[in-house]
Amino acid sequence: MPDATALTEPPIPSSPAGEVPVQLLTPEGERVSHPEYDVDLTDEEYRGLYRDLVLVRRIDIEATALQRQGELGIWAALLGQEAAQVGSGRAMREKDFAFPTYREHGVAWCRGVDPLELLGLFRGVSNGGWDPQEKRFQLYTIVIGSQTLHATGYAMGVQKDGAVGPQADGSEGEAVIAYFGDGASSQGDVNEAFVWASVYNAPVVFFCQNNQWGISTPTDHQTRIPLYRRAEGFGFPGVRVDGNDVLASYAVTRKALDDARQGQGPTLVEAFTYRMGAHTTSDDPTRYRLASELEAWKLKDPLERMKSFLYKQQIADADFFAELDADADALAARLRAGCLQMTDPAPSAMFDRVYAETTPLLQEQQAAFEAYSAGFADAGAVH
Amino acid sequence: MAVLTMAKALNEALRSTMEDDPKVVVMGEDVGKLGGVFRVTDGLQKDFGEARVMDTPLAESGIIGTAIGLAMRGYRPVCEIQFDGFVYPAYDQIVSQLAKMHARSRGTVPMPITVRIPFGGGIGAVEHHSESPEAYFAHTAGLKVVACSNPVDAWSMLRQAVRSDDPVIFFEPKRRYWEKAEVDTRAPDDPLWQARVVRPGTDATLIAYGPMVRTCLEAATAAEEDGRSLEVLDLRSLSPLDLPSVVASVRRTRRAVVVHEAPSFIGIGAEIAARLSEELYYEMEAPVLRVTGYDTPYPPSRLEEEYLPDLDRVLHTVDRSLAF
Ligand SMILES: Cc1ncc(C[n+]2csc(CCOP(=O)(O)OP(=O)(O)O)c2C)c(N)n1
Ligand SMILES: [Mg+2]
Repeated sequence: MPDATALTEPPIPSSPAGEVPVQLLTPEGERVSHPEYDVDLTDEEYRGLYRDLVLVRRIDIEATALQRQGELGIWAALLGQEAAQVGSGRAMREKDFAFPTYREHGVAWCRGVDPLELLGLFRGVSNGGWDPQEKRFQLYTIVIGSQTLHATGYAMGVQKDGAVGPQADGSEGEAVIAYFGDGASSQGDVNEAFVWASVYNAPVVFFCQNNQWGISTPTDHQTRIPLYRRAEGFGFPGVRVDGNDVLASYAVTRKALDDARQGQGPTLVEAFTYRMGAHTTSDDPTRYRLASELEAWKLKDPLERMKSFLYKQQIADADFFAELDADADALAARLRAGCLQMTDPAPSAMFDRVYAETTPLLQEQQAAFEAYSAGFADAGAVH
Repeated sequence: MAVLTMAKALNEALRSTMEDDPKVVVMGEDVGKLGGVFRVTDGLQKDFGEARVMDTPLAESGIIGTAIGLAMRGYRPVCEIQFDGFVYPAYDQIVSQLAKMHARSRGTVPMPITVRIPFGGGIGAVEHHSESPEAYFAHTAGLKVVACSNPVDAWSMLRQAVRSDDPVIFFEPKRRYWEKAEVDTRAPDDPLWQARVVRPGTDATLIAYGPMVRTCLEAATAAEEDGRSLEVLDLRSLSPLDLPSVVASVRRTRRAVVVHEAPSFIGIGAEIAARLSEELYYEMEAPVLRVTGYDTPYPPSRLEEEYLPDLDRVLHTVDRSLAF
């Protein structure tokens, strides 16, 4: 029966020339040039980026295995997004501050957060773990989009502190980066963050990992134009980068952060990438996407292209790769052992630090809770 | 008669109302192709098409706000909020617009919208996936708020909620989605706004809804072994509250314990305690007691068993009630 109310699907407007993502490394590992973006890295830095990619993927794979074995409640894999995260994460300067979602394990790595803290979160022993100020990496945010406003407000604070532009100590000022997904781009909070950042010219970079999916919902259900072009309507530049190219992700983010720290306001970076795994370990992507799509993206794998680049340019030799594999094994072993040894917090800890100044109600509940629990301990003891 | 899980009973309820009324549309995040993260809308998009089962953009305020517009245009939207902790971006649309529209339009703009929310803990989830926000909505005039506890009610309550011309916030206890029961889809529906005695008893009444009904039934079974007869009352509707049924039960047992996962402070239990003290001040043998979540943020999942009311805490509180 024809349905008069059926959605008519207008075609997505054809792409203007600028739609080709910024790329510095082809999927085959060929170094290519771009008129606006480049990197100037030492061989050691190139090797370092690859090392990050490999270790981050290893963390992710180990975590997925731990979840399968019942050690974690759930895991949100970053598989396929390593380059976007490592590239942008390494582009940050020391004082820069990142606001992640729940999938930024690669950025966490770059900020020096112990991956065990991430495992603790997904195991259910904490809702945070690290000290955001120390790591200059906020706590994970699960409610989609919220952190983009926090990042913008933080950036406004940076600005009010006079920490934008050249500093007395010779440094260049601070910048902030907000991570979010293609799905999140639909949230009111994200759009409000764009407005605020634009109006106040806040030193914030909006880093959208367009991994093509928000759970089962494809990006074309969130937007009819390429996401980076949204920025124009809000009054700041947008750029699409090949998110599977760690060099381009690094170059584009570095430039955007430097622009922000120098007082030129926000940039939206759309890192075009792919979620190679399920949304989380609870998800079954075979229900909504074709296996062939994954196969096509496997050819653009972010690790492979960097590896062939290092080989071809003779930046790294077989010893380097062998050593790195051994390091990855050791890291995975440390995480596994650490995860298995993780103890649950003391139950009465849930009453702690709910407020800066606790309340009589909470104190009363905590006392009752402790007395009640102690009753069980007594009942169970052999006298 | 068929044996259905609660998720399947809800699915069948949606299917039947969609068949009955072409104006019923289902909308939410991942409700179409995926069938919802709990599969409550499984197969509906395939059978009813994308115009009636919409995978919306990721924005809860947008879901409820556009549902309000669709209702103004004569549709009967059933919105899914993916998890309890994600309803808050829609809170303004629900409280300021959805709840007030009927009154401010003097009844000319009815809001026949159902907002389905999987709620409660007990599934080992990460933050924001285990909350019990029912009191926020029950506190708001213009909204009706219900919670189902079993597949039979899930079927009949959801059908009635969708048919209701008032906005209904429909809470589904996510940890009970996979529990099964025989559902007779041809049986007449129990009235939606009525509480139900799910187990008769004489010594005290356990008052619960949603996930805690099962917990209370287990507690009543355990208490029986100790020679105690506990009545279990499933409220089903939180707003309006079926006060006559609550009063009738407690008038018989003369003791009441309210059990919910939500925190105690200004919660459903507080309202019931206040109403019972007005109605049965001279007849009760003990003050109304509550077994609830604590007034803390929902803890990391490894501690949730300590946070959630369970059989032991219910029986412990029954002991306190009987000791008065
Ligand atoms: C406000 C809110 N609504 C719904 C959800 C449930 N949810 C978790 S992840 C997700 C999809 C997110 O997609 P995207 O922004 O593209 O990020 P990705 O998961 O792909 O990294 C949804 C709907 C949530 N966490 N928060
Ligand atoms: Mg995505």
